[in-house]
Amino acid sequence: MSGPHRPRDPSGLERYYVLTGGRSGPAGPAAGLDVATLVITRGARTAPAPGTQYEHVPGMQHEHEEIVRRCRDPLSVAELGAHLGLPFNILAVLLTDLLEADRVETRDPIPVSSPSGRGPDLALLEEVLSGLERL
Amino acid sequence: MDLKGFDRPDQPSATGALPAGSRSVKVMIAGGFGTGKTTMVRSVSDIKPLTTEETLTQASIDVDHLIGVTDKQETTVSLDFGRIGLNEQLVLYLFGTPGQERFWFLWNGLFKGALGAVVLVDTRRLASSFRAIEEMERQDVPFVIALNVFPDSKEHPVEEIREALDISPHTPIVACDARDKASSRDVLIALIRHLKERSAAVLESR
Repeated sequence: MSGPHRPRDPSGLERYYVLTGGRSGPAGPAAGLDVATLVITRGARTAPAPGTQYEHVPGMQHEHEEIVRRCRDPLSVAELGAHLGLPFNILAVLLTDLLEADRVETRDPIPVSSPSGRGPDLALLEEVLSGLERL
Repeated sequence: MDLKGFDRPDQPSATGALPAGSRSVKVMIAGGFGTGKTTMVRSVSDIKPLTTEETLTQASIDVDHLIGVTDKQETTVSLDFGRIGLNEQLVLYLFGTPGQERFWFLWNGLFKGALGAVVLVDTRRLASSFRAIEEMERQDVPFVIALNVFPDSKEHPVEEIREALDISPHTPIVACDARDKASSRDVLIALIRHLKERSAAVLESR
């Protein structure tokens, strides 16, 4: 690049641009991600044979690896964002990559009733209530 | 509790790993600016409350111009959140909604998938929570009103407050001290009981 360099972007937008390859929002499997969606690394419980490593996914960035590492135990999208210092949209793009590469799975928060009209889930509310009463 | 030295209460996240089969539910803590949303999240959370940024999708940054952007546009909003382990499989996430009214248009996505909401009200400044209540009603999010009692709050009869806030008689109004864990937990219990009643009413009406 010629000419003087603009001062480093304090908002981190350049970093996000590089991280996401310029994609501005989630698409495909991550489009429905919620801040309370849990992310779990695939195969975290079935440890790979000694000496074997997961195949490196081309284009995988340090942040992708961080997500895979941190989500050996389930972690919400919000917690991931806070730990990695990434806003939701950027994180959602990275999660899309990992979902497409089959490296993570996601579980959306359980809504109290489904849009299909399955009806209010009293059993779930009962479970939440007894959990709170134990606090 | 084990004594292996891994249990560090000052760093709950160090031992706060969720079981592999965990599922989540979420509850929103809404209310006007300064009504105690973050305080409530902090008082009941198992983990040290964290902050995450939510980005606006419908006005997402124009990629073509991204490099030229010198100033961060007002497209992100901070959410304070905490977490409560309810049992071996279920974890409750609490999100304090941003109080600034310019972020209200974000709320459609935020409330999707939430069980319900707590709307915190400072009785000294009832009007600061009007917008939050309107938004709950507009988005059909079930909620309870929690009157956060500040040291210099005057006693107000609940019915007077209900009238001032124009709240349906079915919506519970409870008093609380958002700084107190048990009190904040009781507000959440009031919300879940309210949700159960609503669900029971829906089932009966079928």
